[in-house]
Amino acid sequence: MNRFWSVLFLLVPVLGIASVLMAMYGVAPLESAWLPKSLSQAGDTIDQLFNGIHLLAAFILAGTVFTIGWALWRFSDRGNSDAKALYITHNTKLEITWTVIPALILVFLAFFQMKSWAENKMNRPTVTVDGVSSFKPPMVMVKAKRFGWEFYYAGDDGIVETEDDIFVENLLVLPAGEEIVLQMESRDVIHSFYVPELRLKQDIVPGMTQFVWFNAREEKEIEIMCTELCGWGHYMMKADLNFVSRAEFDAWIADQKSAYSPEFKKAAEPTASLRTTNVLPSAELLGAAQTAVGIEN
Amino acid sequence: MAEASVENSIAPDRKGNAVSRFVWTYVFATDHKVIGLQFLFSSLIWFFVGGFLALAVRWQLAWPWSDMPIFGHMLFAESGGQMSPGFYNMLFTMHATIMIFFVIIPILAGAFGNYLIPLMVGAEDMAFPRLNMLSYWFMWPAFACIILSFFMPEYGASAGWTSYPPLSVFQGDAQSLWLLAMVFVGISSMMGSINYLTTIIQMRAPGMTMFRMPMTVWGMFITAIMQAFALPVLTAALLMQLSDRLLMTGFFLPENIAVNNGVATSGGGQVLLWQHLFWFYSHPAVYIMILPAMGMVSDIISCFSRKPLFGYRPMVYSITAIAGLGFIVWGHHMFISGMNHTLAMSFMVSTMLIALPSGIKVFNWIGTLWGGKLQLTTPMLFCVGFVSMFVIGGLSGIVMSAPPVDIVIHDTYYIVAHLHYVLFASSVLGVLGAIYFWFPKMFGRMMNERLGKIHFFLTFIFLNGTFFPMHFLSRMPRRVADPYIYEGLKDLLPLNQFMTICAIGMGLTQLIFVANFFGSMFFGAKAGRNPWNANTLEWTTASPPPHGNFDVQPIVRRGPYEYSHPDTECDFFPQTKTS
Ligand code: HEM
Ligand SMILES: [Cu+2]
Ligand SMILES: [Cu+2]
Repeated sequence: MNRFWSVLFLLVPVLGIASVLMAMYGVAPLESAWLPKSLSQAGDTIDQLFNGIHLLAAFILAGTVFTIGWALWRFSDRGNSDAKALYITHNTKLEITWTVIPALILVFLAFFQMKSWAENKMNRPTVTVDGVSSFKPPMVMVKAKRFGWEFYYAGDDGIVETEDDIFVENLLVLPAGEEIVLQMESRDVIHSFYVPELRLKQDIVPGMTQFVWFNAREEKEIEIMCTELCGWGHYMMKADLNFVSRAEFDAWIADQKSAYSPEFKKAAEPTASLRTTNVLPSAELLGAAQTAVGIEN
Repeated sequence: MAEASVENSIAPDRKGNAVSRFVWTYVFATDHKVIGLQFLFSSLIWFFVGGFLALAVRWQLAWPWSDMPIFGHMLFAESGGQMSPGFYNMLFTMHATIMIFFVIIPILAGAFGNYLIPLMVGAEDMAFPRLNMLSYWFMWPAFACIILSFFMPEYGASAGWTSYPPLSVFQGDAQSLWLLAMVFVGISSMMGSINYLTTIIQMRAPGMTMFRMPMTVWGMFITAIMQAFALPVLTAALLMQLSDRLLMTGFFLPENIAVNNGVATSGGGQVLLWQHLFWFYSHPAVYIMILPAMGMVSDIISCFSRKPLFGYRPMVYSITAIAGLGFIVWGHHMFISGMNHTLAMSFMVSTMLIALPSGIKVFNWIGTLWGGKLQLTTPMLFCVGFVSMFVIGGLSGIVMSAPPVDIVIHDTYYIVAHLHYVLFASSVLGVLGAIYFWFPKMFGRMMNERLGKIHFFLTFIFLNGTFFPMHFLSRMPRRVADPYIYEGLKDLLPLNQFMTICAIGMGLTQLIFVANFFGSMFFGAKAGRNPWNANTLEWTTASPPPHGNFDVQPIVRRGPYEYSHPDTECDFFPQTKTS
């Protein structure tokens, strides 16, 4: 029976490592489980960190849990000897070793990842005009609301939140191969903007303004997910994100402009005071009202 | 329960008819052991309620919008038994709330803390027995609030256990009940903590120096300190949110937000303030939910390895370090929250640091096993299970503490995997091991070993089947009622069904435990004073111990881990034994 238990514990590192490797290298049945293919340079860097730290973790898992299983195998009391257990209370050298080595690994990890974080969250892209550099203006203003996404494209003036903004709901079309900046605000509660393919996630907090930036290298149709609980309809708060070529993008924008009417935009803006504003401006869009059994919270 | 203890634990002036005796002994008890058992039983009952909620969550993820068995038809007759999305949000909110605040914290600090601290330090009771009673009775208003909230129109609080405003401020009345319940739980924990600290500092038996205390007591001691420092912050935050809800203040509400046909708000507040206050409590709280278990596991592993705990002092220092660092890492829950991105870097560094003492503990447990004479009893198996599962949970913690990586995995099922490895696969396994270990002391009878081992085996298999695959769902957001609405997640359905089946298996397995628990209480083999040949003080008195705990004042002569000492005949050396 003792052998049985040691094998049980030995299985943990074996299965653990096997599944991590399967997910990492796309072997069935975990071939598609982990993350979809990265669409951007910054995403690749995150992937390297993600895979690297997981490999390291899998290695440490194997080492420690294997030792546990092995100890059970070797040191289980089988009642066939009178010998006592070893009387060891500590071993200073050993303990210093297993403190210092992990500490070094952790310090290395800490410094190693800073660059990627800065790239993704801190170094907002700039443009230089006449030797003066300034932040690159956002191409789209994202307004998150319960339970949908509003996108306001900067119109001809290249500035968001002006009269000539172009309004689209739950669909974001963007040119591939260009650095794009989005500005994000919330109309009501906290939401979060998650695009797994871009390795991009940012909470959108009412009362604050966030900026995100990315550069997708391929034309592809993907999805935006909301990853912060925002109420009963949280699960259906999705939008489509289409990366297209520059030419297609220009054509699409031109289309939107002609279809676009200021009245429509007005309708989407929250009207009147807080007391009368309806939370569900996009109720018709939700359609799937089967699920809404009268619970609004 | 053995007659002797009942007889002894009644104050003489309270001897009356049977009913009033029962009430004074078991209901308004001031004996720390009875209070410990009260906490134990109420936590175990809530454990099953929380488990049901979890299975309902898993049901929805495996077979979305299909008829929920049994409850579906009771609650959702008009939709043919299918749950609503709001109901789903209630399920995971209440599951987490109950498991954290009604199960793990009370069972560790309330049940084992109460039962074991006086026995292990050689005191006759807690320092403040009446405060102790009050600390249990303050759980009941919390229970009442939560039970009541299930009957509110939205079936319970549903803003997540983290309860982020503004969403939580605009929830229905169940949220107010939730906040009140948390305030009561906090008060209860606070009274407990004060008691534990005073007892440990003031009431140790002669010879019981701080560094002769078993790790269990150290775990409880450090936990009590953390509770005492962190709880006031949570309580303040809870009251602020309550006042935002009821008094129209705006601590957490900015200007110009539009929610739910607009409750008028004063605005001018900070949404992120709640998150800072909440996590300032709740990160220490996650350690509150594991340090006592770590202590108990250390004692159990040492006992069944028949070997001293490896590196006792470093073990003490590392839980102290965990507790200290635990107060400066809360920001790792907020990397993506929109707080200043530079701040993420400092929280990243402190979080990496806290992984270090956690690692040291694991290595020391392995060092304890190494070269021992291991007895693989049920409690030992649960504790070895604890250690190996904690390795997985700790490692996923390191993965997430890298902010660029956390961009991807924050608020996805990866987090759910992490927290269940540390809370279920570690803390709960540790608690179960502790129940098997101290059951003979509590009830004077042994639990059935064969059933115990089957219970361990099935729990271990099913928990890994349920939680391990979650590590691969870093593109599946958590708290989403129907993930398959996303094209990119449709292929995850079979994996989710597999996890649900394992979860149901895990739920059913716990029935073996229930049968073993109650069966052994009445029919188990009689346990003597010291069935495991352990060293600590509680094993020197009767099982169960009488009122006042010890027949003679224990005098402590050595540390708790003198197993297989070369100078002794037998392989254990009780702390009180004269050599
Ligand atoms: C090695 C030590 C640990 C590290 C480095 C660590 C790190 C982290 C990080 C970075 C997060 C936030 C992830 C995110 O939301 O993006 C997290 C979440 C969490 N951790 Fe840990 N952790 C550790 C140990 C523990 C322990 C021992 C427990 C409890 C016993 C615990 C319980 C939790 C819980 C409950 C959450 C999720 C909270 C929520 O969002 O609902 N962790 N951990
Ligand atoms: Cu949402
Ligand atoms: Cu934390």
